[in-house]
Amino acid sequence: MWTIALKKVFSKKIPLICASIILMFVLVAALAQFFGFASAWDIPIGAQYLPPQFGGGFKMLLGTDILGRSVMYKVIQGTRVALSVGIVTAILSAPIGIFFGCISGYFGGVIDDLIIWFITTLSSIPNILLLIAISYSMGRGMSAVYIALTATSWISLARILRGEVIKHKQKEYLVAAESIGATHQKRIFIHLLPNVTHQIILSMTFMVEMAIRSEVLLSYLGLGVQNLPSWGKMIDDAKGELSTGVWWQLTAATVAMFFLMFSINVLGDYLRDALDPRGNV
Amino acid sequence: MWAYTIRRLLYSIPILFGVSLVVFALFHLVGGDPAQLLLGKHATAERVAVVRTELGLDRPLIYQFGNYLKEIVTFDFGKSYTTREEIRKKIADGFIPTLCLSVPAFFLTAILSLGIALFVAYFRGRWIDRLSVIFFVFLMSMPGLAYILFGQYILASKLGLFPISGYGSSWEDRVKYLALPVLISVFLNLGSDIRFFRNSVIEEVNQDYVRTARAKGLGEVFVYLKHVLKNSMIPVITYVVIQIPYLVLGSLLLESFFSIPGLGGMTIEAVNNSDFPMLKAMTTVISMIYILTTILTDILYRLVDPRMSFGKRG
Repeated sequence: MWTIALKKVFSKKIPLICASIILMFVLVAALAQFFGFASAWDIPIGAQYLPPQFGGGFKMLLGTDILGRSVMYKVIQGTRVALSVGIVTAILSAPIGIFFGCISGYFGGVIDDLIIWFITTLSSIPNILLLIAISYSMGRGMSAVYIALTATSWISLARILRGEVIKHKQKEYLVAAESIGATHQKRIFIHLLPNVTHQIILSMTFMVEMAIRSEVLLSYLGLGVQNLPSWGKMIDDAKGELSTGVWWQLTAATVAMFFLMFSINVLGDYLRDALDPRGNV
Repeated sequence: MWAYTIRRLLYSIPILFGVSLVVFALFHLVGGDPAQLLLGKHATAERVAVVRTELGLDRPLIYQFGNYLKEIVTFDFGKSYTTREEIRKKIADGFIPTLCLSVPAFFLTAILSLGIALFVAYFRGRWIDRLSVIFFVFLMSMPGLAYILFGQYILASKLGLFPISGYGSSWEDRVKYLALPVLISVFLNLGSDIRFFRNSVIEEVNQDYVRTARAKGLGEVFVYLKHVLKNSMIPVITYVVIQIPYLVLGSLLLESFFSIPGLGGMTIEAVNNSDFPMLKAMTTVISMIYILTTILTDILYRLVDPRMSFGKRG
């Protein structure tokens, strides 16, 4: 199923382009994270508010900000922050969502009731308020953002998986597994999970997108990363600059975020079409 | 129906308790000292101690939790730390402005996106459809902040078509000040709504009864408006209905950018001022309203769709 689906997706041009754009963002972020690319973002490279220009080399391409720092470097550091938030959140919250979704759907009964109670409770607090409350109480900073986003994004995955597991529970292959004496763990992890992987992957693309959006929002509210530039903070800085004609910082952050979101959205759509049997009518 | 309503209301008690537990844990256990957060890093120890007593933070946790439950039941959340106003009064005042922004935006978005979705689905597979699908993903992918900032800058500051920000108590003023935020709010949600509606409509178009309707010679437009629209309304209504609880929160950012004195703007203000009592009350009240509206929409939904029963499993 996977090889067919992937072949189907990447035989077309549009998803291929989107995947390369995402790969480029990941590459830039990895270079910044591990090889110190654009690490000189906080050193002024010229006068304040220099417009974008070709003369000054790569770092001048997007102009300078209020302190004369390179907007290009800041966008790159922002990419690093956004992607690490997206990826870390997805990696941390997927196991939680899988665990709760599976045991709640599989065992039913009191366990299910308790988990459903917990999920309903958490989703009764509007997401954005929960995010604000968690990052407010955890103190400002990167780890607070990771925790806040993980705490909120496992819920939808758990809910989807619970539904899927309930659907699969009655199918012959699980009954057969039971009849040959497979333990609960074996039935869940070896028999059931491989059949719902596509739901997990699709949820994770959605998680990455939501995490990046929320990170930008939290940083904008001053609750996000503190000593690194982020797209949200750039937008926050830029809101006063726009009326003085300084458009490049806002535009740079917006365009960077737009391309990443657009690629994730489109690629996610194609993946869903290829993996979700309902789409193949 | 009454049995269902009562059951839902009873079920909301453990949920409400859960919410208060989570909110209490977040604000009293997880975080550092709220008094310290409120006063900032450089406050003196005496000052912190004074504020701790003032907020009741020096009492045992059980007592604090009991006090918090009392606050919820009596709806008396004390005073905002920064403005010294009654939080209850502030929240009551914030309701109308928030609804004035979110309700028109909600209806406009729903009607507009349903219309566009039908139009696009009519041309499915042709270039109009393909182009517009790309366009709607484009709309969805733009950061929300960009719509607000560029919208306010270009349409209000540059072109002067709308006032930059503000709010009035007369209806005339409201229309004047809220036009632009409502417009931006519509654009914020249009992309994802149309995409969802288009898919629901197209799923119906492929059904057998549509072929039958065409086979008996009905015009394509008639088939769309009479048969397809009616049947695709089920997922559409579900999708629209789940958004209703969010109306009370309004748009945090829109309200703060356009200085609309609603609940969303107040929340942002409370974050900026580290106004701990205000933020706690806001989270609690909005969650409570959220739970109530969810129950209300569930009941309404069952009234509208006869296939959903008021039976046991619901």
